[in-house]
Order: sequence, then structure tokens, then C-alpha cells
Amino acid sequence: MKRLEEPFFWGLFSAGGVFSAMFLPIQALLFALLIPLGIIHPSYEHLHTLLANPITRLYLFVLCSLSLFHWAHRFRFTLFDGLQIKHLNELIFTMCYGGAVAGTLYVGYVLLRVH
Amino acid sequence: MSIAAKPAHSEYHPRWYRRKIGTFWWLGSWPYTRFIVRELTSVPVAWFVVLTIALVVAIANGPSAYDRYSELMKEPLMVFVNGLAFVFLLYHSITWFNLAPKAMVVKLGDRPVPGILIAGANFGGWFAVSIGIALLVTWS
Repeated sequence: MKRLEEPFFWGLFSAGGVFSAMFLPIQALLFALLIPLGIIHPSYEHLHTLLANPITRLYLFVLCSLSLFHWAHRFRFTLFDGLQIKHLNELIFTMCYGGAVAGTLYVGYVLLRVH
Repeated sequence: MSIAAKPAHSEYHPRWYRRKIGTFWWLGSWPYTRFIVRELTSVPVAWFVVLTIALVVAIANGPSAYDRYSELMKEPLMVFVNGLAFVFLLYHSITWFNLAPKAMVVKLGDRPVPGILIAGANFGGWFAVSIGIALLVTWS
């Protein structure tokens, strides 16, 4: 069973690595640093218009979901190999991928609600 | 005790020799530390996804919800954590783009394309995409 799943999860990890490396830093810089520090100030209306666009929402869905699966894979192996937490393997697996699945469902629901 | 009960151990079976590895084995050497730091960049990745989802919820719930989100993001502790997380997020991007040519060898004709060109294309794409998103967000 494990042998069948592994390439699938690795594929998600890899795609998530590309997406998060390409798109997350600029979003973090804009929304977590430049806007809070008052350096740029886009209006609420402008951000709402951007978010109402289906392409933006599809993009955010793919970015959030793949990035979460990227996190799940890396974090699982960091705890396992890095921090040598081997006895909790099943729990860590469930928490990591369960978190990624829950995050994917939630962000999908939230993005569908925007109008 | 019944006869059917299985013994918990087999006699004369040698113990496996396994060296105990501590939790912080990777702190002793710089390349190992860098490896673990690189793997732990997944935590800032997840953190910024959480902030992105919170932003989407705030925008969807209307201007007053967005104002509350903005106030929270201005808290000094929030800015500090985000600044730190941003540095590690950059480390994720840089290590990822540098790894790409090692994970995937692209051939042009018979010859492999030099790794530095693939990494260069990745970095070029990264800057172009970043400028594009920055313009989309700031230009109204």
C-alpha cells in the first residue's frame, strides 16, 4: 500500500514546492509586510474585484492546496528523520495529510462563497 | 497461564545493534543543519497559506472584516513573526530553484542543458511572476 501512495504524495510535494517557491514570497511580502507597514495601500474594493475574478480564485485554490501538501510531506519527514520521532509515525501521517485535506476543502468552500 | 499463550520473546535471539540517534543530531554539522532548516521552511509555507486563507475570508466577509484583519496584521508581534517567516520562505524558494536542475535533467538534442541555465530560468520566472502579481495588487 505504502509503495503505491509514495509517488503520488511525492508528486503533490513537488508541485507544491514549485508553486510555493514561485508565488508565495511576493504574496507574503505584499500582504504580510508592505501593506501592514503602510508602504502600499490597495483599496478594499480593488482587492475584492481581484478576488471575485474566477481565475484569481482558481489560482488561490491550487496554490493553497498544493502548498499544504508540500508542507505535509516535508514536515512529516522532518519529524521522522530529522527529529527522530518514529513511534508516532501514524499519528504524524494523519495529522499532516489530514491537515492538508482539511485545508484544501476549507479554502475551496471559502473561495466558492466569494461573490 | 494457558499453553496457547505466545512467549513475548524468542530465546537466544540476538538483539539488533542499533545506534541511538538523538533528536538534535543535525546540530553538530553545518550541512546537516542547513538540510533541516531547509526542510523546516515548510512551516513558514503553511503559515503563509493560513494567512492567505484568512485574508480571503476577510475580503469575502466585507470591508469591516477586512479592517479587522488589517489591524491584526499591523500588530508588532505579527509583523515580527511574518518578517522572520518571510526570510525562511525566501530560503525555501532559493534552495528549491537551485535543486530543480538536479532533480530534472533537460536535454536539448543530445546534450543536457547546463544546470545553471535551468536555475537561471527559474529565478528569471520567479522575478517576472513576482513583479506581475505586485502590479496586479497595487495598480487599480
